[in-house]
Amino acid sequence: MRVALFITCLADQFFAEAGVAAVRLLRALGVEVDFPEGQTCCGQPAFNAGYWEEARPLARRTLEVFREADYVVLPSGSCASMVKNHYPELLPGSQKALDLAERTYELSAFLVGVLGVEKLGEGLKGKRIAYHHGCHALRELGVREEPLLLLKGAGAELVPWEAAEECCGFGGLFSVKLPEVSLAMADRKVATLPQAEVLTSTDAGCLLHLAGRLAKKGVGLKVAPLATLLWEAYAG
Amino acid sequence: MRAKAKLYPKEAARLLREKPGVREAVTGATLHFDRNRLKAYAEVPIAEWRERAKAIKDHALSHLDQYLELAEKRLKENGVQVHYAEEPKDAHRLLREIVERRGVKRAVKAKSMLTEELGVNPLLASLGVEVYETDLGEYLIQLLGEPPSHIVGPAIHLSLKEIQTLFHERFGTPLDASPEALAQVARKVLREAFLTAELGISGANFLVAETGTLALMENEGNIRLSTSLPKVHVAFVGIEKLLPRFQDLALFLPLTARAATGQRLSTFVSLIQGPARKGEEGPEEVHVVLVDHGRTALLADPEAWETLRCLRCGACLNACPVYRQTGGHPYGYVYSGPIGAVLDPGLLSLEEAYPLPYASTLCGACLEACPVKIPIPKLLLTWRHRAVAEGLSPAWERAMLAAYRRVMESPALYRLFSKALRGLPLPQDLLPLLRAWTEGRGPLKPSPKPFHQLWREMEEGHGR
Repeated sequence: MRVALFITCLADQFFAEAGVAAVRLLRALGVEVDFPEGQTCCGQPAFNAGYWEEARPLARRTLEVFREADYVVLPSGSCASMVKNHYPELLPGSQKALDLAERTYELSAFLVGVLGVEKLGEGLKGKRIAYHHGCHALRELGVREEPLLLLKGAGAELVPWEAAEECCGFGGLFSVKLPEVSLAMADRKVATLPQAEVLTSTDAGCLLHLAGRLAKKGVGLKVAPLATLLWEAYAG
Repeated sequence: MRAKAKLYPKEAARLLREKPGVREAVTGATLHFDRNRLKAYAEVPIAEWRERAKAIKDHALSHLDQYLELAEKRLKENGVQVHYAEEPKDAHRLLREIVERRGVKRAVKAKSMLTEELGVNPLLASLGVEVYETDLGEYLIQLLGEPPSHIVGPAIHLSLKEIQTLFHERFGTPLDASPEALAQVARKVLREAFLTAELGISGANFLVAETGTLALMENEGNIRLSTSLPKVHVAFVGIEKLLPRFQDLALFLPLTARAATGQRLSTFVSLIQGPARKGEEGPEEVHVVLVDHGRTALLADPEAWETLRCLRCGACLNACPVYRQTGGHPYGYVYSGPIGAVLDPGLLSLEEAYPLPYASTLCGACLEACPVKIPIPKLLLTWRHRAVAEGLSPAWERAMLAAYRRVMESPALYRLFSKALRGLPLPQDLLPLLRAWTEGRGPLKPSPKPFHQLWREMEEGHGR
């Protein structure tokens, strides 16, 4: 089984260790991992903002870059949904787009759904974790239980969070087009946060936005991408 | 109502800055409604209900001409006078005629978003008619001179304290009067209005073509009084409100109630079949005004027509984390929240409503809540795509996206950008954007090395 990692631009730049963790974890689980270096951005920021002409060449580039992988795995629900759900809309009639959509998975969904892994190890024993459901992972991909299952399986205590399934207010360009509303949304997430050691999610965008807001408000909570925690679950 | 949708970004920011209480009131109320909806949905085979409702609405919309004809025929058989209003001025002409002919001095109104669209209140005021909104929430905002903030809960943005203050100033009630005491005061004023008004005005939740039946849902009883006590009843009905068969109500009345407030059925349902017959009490004249106001054009739009399935239940507003921060006022038109963001460009024009399709993070909560499965996120994307194609987006954004595309099209440039992020000066296009980001969240801190560099180091370590 040959898996190509699609790191996605935000994780590449801001959560590089999540990529390292994903590679180590997949290899530890016996998967052959490759990182096609021609990859850049999936095009979602442009697509979501209405710039489909700008998004199309990036989608085509992605189709090319990943054409040989058995599976494409992303440590991001949002970008995975872009490939799975929106490439076929953006490139109507493209068989390659449909084909890539079939082979593309968010990391935790790949681990549970394809590899059939539910228990990675006990490396998170007793750790109190707050999980933020990224909206696209949750509602566009239907990834709800997989991350929770893996975290709990590794001994983590998932703290109940009233606003766990509410949008954090990032929304790509939304965060800079409507900055005040975006921050008010982040503040609701922060205000309802339970006592936890780590805040995690599949998406670099949500985490970047929430981490920034937490820091600005002086809340000293560690923020880590899900991939990082899953590797910790395995390696201890 | 004149649209001020263009001001959305500024108005949203201003409201958050100047009226933090609105955010608190709206968040509290919408979360409450949304939880009730989830509970009420869970009691029934909701997936099946939604699918059936969607199919019936789609059928009605795709045969609208036939159902309009049938509805008109049945309404006339029932003794109802039927009118068509393509534009607000047509509705105004009709109202002016009734006011003059019947010597109307006072009108009572049942809550109706469509009459907001048509500007019925200002028209009546200009004719010297005293207008009373009779829904309690609607009455409150009428006293304040404000438009509705929510499709179902027009005064959702007000706190109890604000209402206590308002009633203290208007009616001399104590500043700590209980909600019940305040309601009693409003009830007294409104009872008097019901008994003396010559004209009752309402909207309609549904109009059944098969029987010519107007269906109206409410919880306060004011709609029943508004439509039965005055001698003349005028109902304004958007043409998208048609249902084919009487039995469709058995699905749509409970579905709408569950979606809107989490009730199994609204406290009152009025089914109006025409004016009073001999020996009955009730209005002498009933008029149904079938209103277009942009709907036919929207129906003909192959990518946006599904918006017309909307039941005006407000469930998407309650589910929307963007709407929750500000309530409806900053949206600047009758319909706010997710449905407003896709309906307003269709009813007004995209140019008028430009910022609204961007008033969403595309989180998808609205689609999950919608009882008739309107694909709101997809429609938002459609309007955004059109906005860009029509050149409505700001210059900085176009420049930014062009630069982004250049960088992301080329792995070499992307790597250069990656270096720039870690020390080199960033391109000018990016700076305003970065400022907008960092003001609320502090500086961006890239990982010491990007992953693509770590990958190479890892691979070299592996000795490949």
